[in-house]
Amino acid sequence: MTATPRLARKAREAEPDIDQLLDFLYQMQLIRRFEERTGEMYTKGKVRGFLHLYTGQEACAVGALATLQPQDKVVTHYRDHGHAIARGMDPNRVMAELFGRQDGVSGGRGGSMHLYDASIGFLGGYAIVAAHLPLAVGLGLAANMKKENFVTLCVFGDGSVGEGEFHEALNLAVLWNTPVVFFCENNLYGMGVSFQESLSTQVTTLAAAYNMPAVSVDGMDVTAVYRETLKAVEHCRAGKGPYFVEAMTYRYRGHSMADPELYRLKDEVEKYRKRDAIDRLKARLMEGGHLDGAGWEAIVERVEKVVEDSIAFADASPNPPIDTLFRYVTKEPGDA
Amino acid sequence: MAQVTVIEAIRSALDEEMAADDRVFILGEDVEAGGVFRVTEGLAAKYPGRLIDSPLAESSIIGITIGAAHYGLRPVAEIQFADFIHAGFDHMASEASRWCYRTKGDAFLPMVVRTPWGGGVHGGQHHSQSIEAYYTHLPGIKVVAPSFPSDYRSLLKAAIADPNPVLFLEHKRTYRLIKQEAGEPGETVIGRSRVTRKGSDLTIFAYGLMLHESLAAADELAAEGTECTVVDLLTLQPLDVETVLEAAKATGKVLVVHEDTLTGGFGGEIAALIAEHAFEYLDAPIRRVCGPDIPAMPFHHNMESFFMPDRTKIAAAARDLAAY
Repeated sequence: MTATPRLARKAREAEPDIDQLLDFLYQMQLIRRFEERTGEMYTKGKVRGFLHLYTGQEACAVGALATLQPQDKVVTHYRDHGHAIARGMDPNRVMAELFGRQDGVSGGRGGSMHLYDASIGFLGGYAIVAAHLPLAVGLGLAANMKKENFVTLCVFGDGSVGEGEFHEALNLAVLWNTPVVFFCENNLYGMGVSFQESLSTQVTTLAAAYNMPAVSVDGMDVTAVYRETLKAVEHCRAGKGPYFVEAMTYRYRGHSMADPELYRLKDEVEKYRKRDAIDRLKARLMEGGHLDGAGWEAIVERVEKVVEDSIAFADASPNPPIDTLFRYVTKEPGDA
Repeated sequence: MAQVTVIEAIRSALDEEMAADDRVFILGEDVEAGGVFRVTEGLAAKYPGRLIDSPLAESSIIGITIGAAHYGLRPVAEIQFADFIHAGFDHMASEASRWCYRTKGDAFLPMVVRTPWGGGVHGGQHHSQSIEAYYTHLPGIKVVAPSFPSDYRSLLKAAIADPNPVLFLEHKRTYRLIKQEAGEPGETVIGRSRVTRKGSDLTIFAYGLMLHESLAAADELAAEGTECTVVDLLTLQPLDVETVLEAAKATGKVLVVHEDTLTGGFGGEIAALIAEHAFEYLDAPIRRVCGPDIPAMPFHHNMESFFMPDRTKIAAAARDLAAY
């Protein structure tokens, strides 16, 4: 695999400059359109199974992952296309994986919820809620034991907070001073149940209870997400232990494609759409004179090309062979 | 010659592997002070910082082991009693078993989960369980269950060197009970079974404590003129199918022994394999001597004895089978 992590450039600045903001806008639009078109591919039967779209939450992936260095690791939940793209995974190979094709990142073995590319430190989408939190602590433990200066960004949803492993992992991360940023994308619902009906307190209160610095941030403001996550990453990198970021966000689509959305009103979705992260950043850049109509059109066109190319690439990729399905059950000497 | 116990054999394997490779470390409850069974005693002083006491969080112990193994370390997790591992089953089933597979070999997990299993110690329902059948059902996980100290030593070393997740089962009743002369070479290959005793009348398959009970039963039968082959399975997953089928074909009569409950136990897999691939060699129905289908190992001595297969029950079944 040859992908390279995005934004692998200079040391991060506390405030993103204009070029970086324009890049955030491009990335958010890319994820938005990738997801919208993926939804259409689902209705066409090109993408099958269980599909969880990320629209509305783009500022989380883009803002948080922009704070990372190439050596850092990302583990995330099953709504993982946005994080994969923000980390620099080739959209062609992401779409091919969603199609289940041979050129997908896992050759069709993983699918939507299990994207993986170790070459860019993207160690997976996980569909067992909160099960990847201890894994992140294990990566942090390895960083400490090997004296390597990488940070693990562990992304999960508010639904994870009810799981026992959430609490085990936070406790252990603090006890062992592991460089893990716990990044909670609080989109208000664990499937169809409001997090307020699932949790007796606030998310950040829990983190603070384990003596972990915790902050809640507007997850639909990419600059705010970037700013707070950067503090968290730098805290970890300085050897000060784990850090917790709660990003308040909202998903525009249902939990999955099968969700009739009986638990919320259309008005609520509209209310959050008015706070759309892409619209807000676009307006800010235009007001500041850093972007005009033609500039925006250029971004849109660039995005459309990447997304349409990914669909064409996925469509052209062959079905994966069946006769190799007994390969890699275990690692054998001589395996690549 | 000096005698070596199972515990000493395991400790020496850990010691040797930690000395040879500084990526090897031990993670578990109370491991720094030596653990409940004193297996890791003395290692913390010798390898500072490489025995890590975990809180009581079995699920996370295994989850963290996966994360650390993925990033180039060689963790050996200890789950204090096999009965406690269930909280971590999800990590074994949902992640450890399939990382290599889902990434087409890009990622692999050189990790070992050691845990004491089995009954006969008056441990009651939460300190006596057999757990092997849950894990032999997971392609991608290797399951090793030795019987003799030499094999514990050599197979634990092989498990630590293996690039795949290995569940290493240590029968707690045998920890100090079974001794062997020091220096015996053990089996070094995961996935190989051994014919421990050769006889022409019938074949017994067993592992762990039951292997020793089966050998004792074979002694009894030999005194009566019936000669048993006894196969020490050693590794349950991947199973040494060739040795199993050869040993079954050689006598035509098969007795499978384990202390795990009968239904869904690993003995069913042995029986099915032989029925599928060696049916025409059989001279009698395959017999199983296993724990009864009751929910848990009862506490009282007489009740526990009722639960546990032993040399007397094995000998009785073997006699019936020989006479068939």
